[in-house]
Formats: sequence, C-alpha cells, structure tokens
Amino acid sequence: MKQLMLGNQAFARGLYEAGCAVASSYPGTPSTEVTEEAAKYDEIYCEWAPNEKVALEVAFGASLAGRRSFCGMKHVGLNVAADPLFTCSYTGVNAGMVICVADDAGMHSSQNEQDSRHYAAAAKVPMLEPSDSEEAYLFARKAYELSEEFDTPVIMKMCTRIAHSQSIVETGERTEEKRLPYEKNIAKYVMMPGNAIRRHPIVEERTRKLTAYAEDCAFNRVEMGGTKLGIITSSTCYQYVKEAFGEEASILKLGMAYPLPEKLILDFAAKVDKLAVVEELDPIIEDHCRKLGLTVIGKDVFPLEGEYSQNMVAERLGKEPPSYKSLGEALPGRPPVMCAGCPHRGLFYTLSKNHCTVLGDIGCYTLGAVSPLNAIELTLCMGASVSSIHGFNKALGEESEGKTVAVIGDSTFMHSGMTGLANIAYNQSASTVIILDNSITGMTGHQQNPTTGYNIKGDPAGKIDLESLCRAMGFQRVTVVDPYDLEACDRVLKEEMAAKEPSVIISRRPCALLKYVKHQPPLRVDKEKCVGCKSCMKIGCPAISIKDGKAAIDNTLCVGCGVCRQLCRPDALQPGEVRK
Amino acid sequence: MTKNIMIVGVGGQGSLLASKLLGHLLLSEGYDVKVSEVHGMSQRGGSVVTYVRFGDKVYSPIIDKGEADFIVSFEELEAARYVEYLKEGGRIVTNTQQIDPMPVIIGAAPYPEGLIGKMQALGIRVDAMDCLSLAEKAGSAKAVNIVLMGRLSLYFDIPAEKWQKAIAECVPAKFEEMNQKAFLLGRGEA
Repeated sequence: MKQLMLGNQAFARGLYEAGCAVASSYPGTPSTEVTEEAAKYDEIYCEWAPNEKVALEVAFGASLAGRRSFCGMKHVGLNVAADPLFTCSYTGVNAGMVICVADDAGMHSSQNEQDSRHYAAAAKVPMLEPSDSEEAYLFARKAYELSEEFDTPVIMKMCTRIAHSQSIVETGERTEEKRLPYEKNIAKYVMMPGNAIRRHPIVEERTRKLTAYAEDCAFNRVEMGGTKLGIITSSTCYQYVKEAFGEEASILKLGMAYPLPEKLILDFAAKVDKLAVVEELDPIIEDHCRKLGLTVIGKDVFPLEGEYSQNMVAERLGKEPPSYKSLGEALPGRPPVMCAGCPHRGLFYTLSKNHCTVLGDIGCYTLGAVSPLNAIELTLCMGASVSSIHGFNKALGEESEGKTVAVIGDSTFMHSGMTGLANIAYNQSASTVIILDNSITGMTGHQQNPTTGYNIKGDPAGKIDLESLCRAMGFQRVTVVDPYDLEACDRVLKEEMAAKEPSVIISRRPCALLKYVKHQPPLRVDKEKCVGCKSCMKIGCPAISIKDGKAAIDNTLCVGCGVCRQLCRPDALQPGEVRK
Repeated sequence: MTKNIMIVGVGGQGSLLASKLLGHLLLSEGYDVKVSEVHGMSQRGGSVVTYVRFGDKVYSPIIDKGEADFIVSFEELEAARYVEYLKEGGRIVTNTQQIDPMPVIIGAAPYPEGLIGKMQALGIRVDAMDCLSLAEKAGSAKAVNIVLMGRLSLYFDIPAEKWQKAIAECVPAKFEEMNQKAFLLGRGEA
C-alpha cells in the first residue's frame, strides 16, 4: 500500500517487517518517532530506557539472546552509547541489531552539530544512510540481513530532513521472525584482553569484506547523466543535487556511509570531467576521495556548518539560483519561548530575582536562558549541570556555594544527573541541585520516563520516587516546592543555598501541555487598576503584552496559572470567569 | 513541474494539520508528494515552517528562496519573514492576526506596521483575511488552519468536494462539522 510516511515512521515500518522483536531507546530530536512508531506494533517490545548507553546494551542483550533488536538515539546520544558500541563491534551479534542515530545539521533542536559518520569509522561498524522515507523503510529491512551476514551491529544514520520529512512509501508484510538460539561463547562475548586480542583481527577482516561488499551493493548506485560534472553525494544532499542538476550531471549516490567503496568511486571519477562531493558537515567522502588520489571540489566551496539546500548546491557549483523579492527591513525575530503556564517559569523568575548563578542542562528549561529571564549561564550536555556545579563549588568554595544552583529536568536527571548527584553526596560540596520535575520528557514531545509511572504505551509501570532516591544517596535536605507559588520558591531557594551541606530542591508541577492537566480560565485585566508598571512582563509569558499602556492577556494562550498575579501590586490581574 | 507550498506560522497554531491535509489530498490526486516539518525546540512558540511539494517527481524535501508558488501564513509578521521564499509571480495567502513575538513583548522592538501593504508595494499578490474571526465563527479559534486551507483551495483546480473529503479523513469525527464550516468560510461560501 502506498502512503505518505515520515522518515522515522517508515524506518519503524522497516523494523516491523524485518521481524524486530525488542527496541530500547532514549528520545532525542530528530530520532524520537522511530521508537514511538515502532511501539504501535504489538509484535515489537518497545521501551524508553533511562539513557542511550542503557538502551544500546538492552538491544545488545536481546540480540545476544537471539532476537532482532533496535536502539534509537540522536547524534549526541551516540556519545553516551559509545562505550558499548565500540566493544559490540568486537563481539558482533547473534540476531541482527540495528542502531538509529539521527544527526541535526542546522541545530533545529540540538546543542551541537557533530557528524555521526565519524563513529562508524571509529567503531568500525557499517553505516547506512537513507535519502528519503522509502529508503529508510527499505534500508531498515536490509540492515538486519547485513548485520547477521557480517556479524556486526549496523548503524542507520538519519538526519532532520529525512527523519521529519514525509514521502511516499510502498509497504509490505512482516516476515516471520526467525529466533536464533542463544549459545554460550566465551571467546566471542567475554571481552577480556585475551579474547579481545583475538576479536580485533576479525573486526579488521570484516571491514575488508564490507569494503568489497560496498563496491557493488544495492545501497550505492551510479546515475549517469551529463559527464562534464560528476557528483558524489548521500542522504538529503542527494535530493538537493537532483533538484539542482537533474540529468545535467552524473551522480554517484552512496547509501552506505561506512565503509566507503574504492573502485566504484575511481571508476565513476574516470567517467566525468570534473568531480564534486556534496555532503553536509564534515568532509568524510571528500577526504576518502583525496586518499584515493582524486581531485575534488568539496569543502573549498561548501560550508562545514549548517544545512544545505538546492539553491546552495546550484550556486556553489556555478549555477544561477532563482531571484526573489525582498522587504529590505529587519523584522523582529520569533525565538522559541517557554509556553504560557510552563511550570519552569516561576522557578526561573525566582532564580533571576535572587541573582543566582545557574548551571543548566538539556531540555525545555534551556529557554530560561533567553530574555527577559536570562537565568541560565551554562548548557553543555545531558547531566552536566549536576556534575559541573560540584566542580564550580570546589573551585570557588563559599564564594559560590551560597548563590549557585544546578537545574535539571526529571528525565535528564534519570538519564545522567544521578551519577553527578552521587558524586556530590560522596565528595561533599554544599551544592544546591534543583530537579525541575514536570512529570514528562517535555522537549522531545512528551515521552514517559522512570519517574512518571507509565511506560512507552502509556500503561502503568515502575515509578522511581525522586525524594527517596536523593535521601538514599545521603542527602538530608530534600524539599519539594510548587513553582507556581513564588513566595514558597523564594523562601526555599534562600534556605537551601544558605545551607552548609548538599541539598536538593524538587520543583514539581506537570507540564502545562499534558492532556490531563486542568487549566484555569484565562486571567482578565482590570484596566482601572492597571497602572502599566510592567511588573507582570518580567516573567516573559507569551500570553501577556502591553496594549495602549496597560497589560493585555491573550485569551487563546493564557491557562490561568496565576504566576503573573503574584507580581501585580495594584491587583489588576483577576481570575477569569469559569466558562459554562 | 514541481509546485511548492510553504506553510508558516507560530509554533502551536496548527500548521501540522494543514500540511497533513495537503499531503493527503495531493497524494490522492496521484502526485508525488514531500512534506517537511519541524519538531522539537523550534515548536515552542517560535517561528515554524512546513514545506509541501508536489509534482510528477519531487526530490528535495525543502523549499528554497525564490521557489514557493504559495506562502500560506497563519500570522502577518511570519508572512513577511518568509517573503524571500516566494517565486516571482507567486501568491501569499495570510491570516491578518498579529501575535507579538518575545522581542515585542519585552519592548525590545515594535511590531512592524503595514507589512501587507509593503509586500503589495513590491508587486506581490497578497490575499489577506481575518481567519481568526472566521474560525471563531465556525466554532473554534483552532480552525484557523482549515479556514486558510479553504482560501488556498480557491487557487487550485482540485474540486472543493475532494478537499472536503480530505478534511473528513484527516480530522477527528467530532470536529468534522466545525472544520467543514471553517473550510467553506475560508472560501467565502458560508
């Protein structure tokens, strides 16, 4: 059946049809929907793991047990999962194992734009790179055959434009899952030096065989057109090249990003007058071509950063892009903001008011760094807030301990904040860690996590109690506060920062976008009382603006959280009337 | 020949339903279709863009500057923001609703005035209407997306019944009647 499918949805369909039985992932834009869609098939056991390293090891365990498995993550997630990745390259697999990594060139929702293809080369694991939904579907199916034939995990690299674009897919049926028996094999699976030394040459031999496979596999193909220009490309760049050049140029489309073929590239180069490589981010194909002794146009004309497009490809390779009209005036930007009613807002207002040094983490609350709150001074990677506050306080001592806090979301805390907290408990700094518990993984679009009490399908699951967990680590000071209550936030923050011992504040209120959260009617402004002092504007709520010198509430956005009311001295902001 | 429709607005305004509807409709018309969306951080009240492309064979999932046949905008400032993406001779279909972005809210910049007039002064065809009022008339402020689709449908050779069928297939049954009304209001037929 032909249907429009998101790249991630098509990927999940491929997993299903290939007989995948176990999937474990950690959400991360743009990879999240692969696992969410896979969870819609009852034949696949799916779960959200606390982090990518755990997820990859779960998937490996399932493969070891003889069932086809999957693990999905975003590019930075692969940094977390790198440890098991590098060594399961040595052990190989039992049943097929596929890893999805989704890059985010252009950083639509990421803290860096690292190129995941380096990992395939570094871990010596084959990597496939689809260029639309149809290929995401087909490659996912074939990836399992490749995995089992070559005894290796297989990485499939997605990117934002493949993951989050819909194109037409013709789907098929699920093939009956072939369960493989688990057999004890110490020499293959116990990677102590004596065994690993014997596995390493097997990895090198496998890479030689995979390179030979890459020379004439179905993943790579030549599309001959005009021979004045030949372009080697992959992934979404292939689409930009086709759009810009059609049949004018000849194209070598590489669907296998690692290992790269040699003869195929040399033969293609010999057929064209001039050779160009079009690839986003790092010059991986280009460097490979240069090693083969070829002269290529590449990063001398194309950027190392950001997303490409058809016009950029056309222009950099000497074609005229279309003309357009321009307004010629600078327009105010529209950066993303915390939603109206976001529970993080009240807490960040309190931090801003107290002039705290705030070390932040990864999640919606990173938006606490933007105007008017400007309340976050560090965002590095998952869990870094908790670890780095300890280092910050060890470096500065009492000078910083009384005014510095770490903020981390519930899901990020479970991902990799816990280990940092263990370090604070063990090596003792008077650090204050604030867990922003909004009862969901927010930024990636509402995924459950170990603190919510529900699993990926929304069914009841185990629930980790944050207070008990912190106390079990040895924290004597664990306080829960409602971030809608500014007075309580202020009092608790001051007390905990002043304490001469480690402390945890749990700022608890569910995300305002959760379906089960009941909203209050929008507030209304008493224009007689409003003096236009703009105190309510200090919290940066998108539902409040100033119209004709008085506060105005956008009824379509306001959820009646009442945080702004607490800042209004003339009491001009009134509860709205309940709609009947 | 590939046709390009860009849908722009503010995160949370419902552009994903509009692109879903278009994708569904154009697929049923036998076209090759690509739809490109933005998820994650960018959705939180920020400026959002969705690309819909259709034709015999579509390659790139995105629309570049100077390529859009139509820009469908949920908000006035957003229409102006993406004007460079419009093809020579293309058309802007926009809601006249103004939503203050954070720089305006905090007083760092004014909301630009007369944007529609400025675009028209460049010779750009702008079809501007108050979609929010029409959506509220249909029964929900959330139906701005379908009002806009109604307006857009006037510029297509695809009969209204096919759009209405696509709406029936893309929205939950309990909201269908309201959305069908919004569609007709957008067309100026209700």
